[in-house]
Amino acid sequence: MPDGKDKGGIKNLKEHFILLIQLFWTFFCIGPSTFGGGYAMLPIIEREVVNKKKWMQEDEIGELISLAGSAPGGVGVNAAAIIGHRKAGIAGAVSAVIGVTCPTFLIVILISAFAILFRNYPKVEAALKGMNGGIIALIIMAAYRTARYSILDTTTAITAIATVAVLLFAGIHPLYLIVSGLICGIAVIRIKKRLGLQVKMEKEAVTGNHPELEYYI
Amino acid sequence: MYWDLFMMFIRVGLVSFGGGYAVIPIIQHEVTEKGWLTSAEFQQTVALAGMAPGSIATNAATLVGYRTAGYIGAAVSTAGMILPSLVVIVVLSALFYRLNDNSWLKSSLYGLRPVTTGLIIYAAIHFGYPGENVGINWVWIATLLIGGVCLFLLFKYKLHPLLILIAAGAAGIILF
Repeated sequence: MPDGKDKGGIKNLKEHFILLIQLFWTFFCIGPSTFGGGYAMLPIIEREVVNKKKWMQEDEIGELISLAGSAPGGVGVNAAAIIGHRKAGIAGAVSAVIGVTCPTFLIVILISAFAILFRNYPKVEAALKGMNGGIIALIIMAAYRTARYSILDTTTAITAIATVAVLLFAGIHPLYLIVSGLICGIAVIRIKKRLGLQVKMEKEAVTGNHPELEYYI
Repeated sequence: MYWDLFMMFIRVGLVSFGGGYAVIPIIQHEVTEKGWLTSAEFQQTVALAGMAPGSIATNAATLVGYRTAGYIGAAVSTAGMILPSLVVIVVLSALFYRLNDNSWLKSSLYGLRPVTTGLIIYAAIHFGYPGENVGINWVWIATLLIGGVCLFLLFKYKLHPLLILIAAGAAGIILF
């Protein structure tokens, strides 16, 4: 929530502008410290935003994490957007998000430029091929981590298996699967409730106040 | 071209629930269908995206944009990827106290999360699969071997992803 301060006066306008710059700069500094992205960023955000800047209370962090995790997009970027929005409205959200994205953007461009420059060297080519193996391992690890809180019962297990099967054999655009997953979830819960079945919709342990360092999402 | 990239990543960004690795198949589907990158080029792109800090999905968007349409391509792709989550966040953030225990939200996530898991598993299979016309060869076996060792290191010693990628790259230089 924006804090509802009057932003009309010249003085407030100046304060607002300074806050926007602060938001940008804070997230600009947090951005590059998070190799692996996502949840790895959260403890650092917490330290900066709660302990140093006092922009948020400690008990708001759990809420922040669950909101950042359920919206589309990377958790780190989402967390920046939420904090920016709370502090300084839409402009705050925009400046925090630009701040958190800028450093990675520049680093990615740099890496890519180097890769294109040295692409034809056999050693670089070999290294990239080797990294393919590393990426496979990282993806499997990500799948395992995600499965731990998404596979809650038989229905969710079947959904995951069916998704893989459809992708492998039907060549359907993955977008449709996401949309149908969303609809199925709502439908299944409705039906199960009507039948009087108890459904556990979330794993409680995961949304604790201090999530373990998760690099993979 | 820029507009196509932007709209494509708006679409991807809108459904990037669970962030990161789950959107890799979606981006791959889009770029190979449009003929912007080959499957092999895309896999290289993801390997590079993993080396930079930040979300692998956003990084992949930046790289795909850069390789297809230079700096401006990179900028519009990244913006497209981030814009939907920014809008959703602002809307959700404004409504959050009412949404917190919303059963609609929870039950849609109940169905969405296993699909996300399936997408990630598919991405792993796709990266480990050598392609239709390629038989079993040394590069493929060695890639799987590197993958297996990396996975072991991740599970057993919880090594940092960047270390894993560097080690895999070094192994590639030795093996290939």
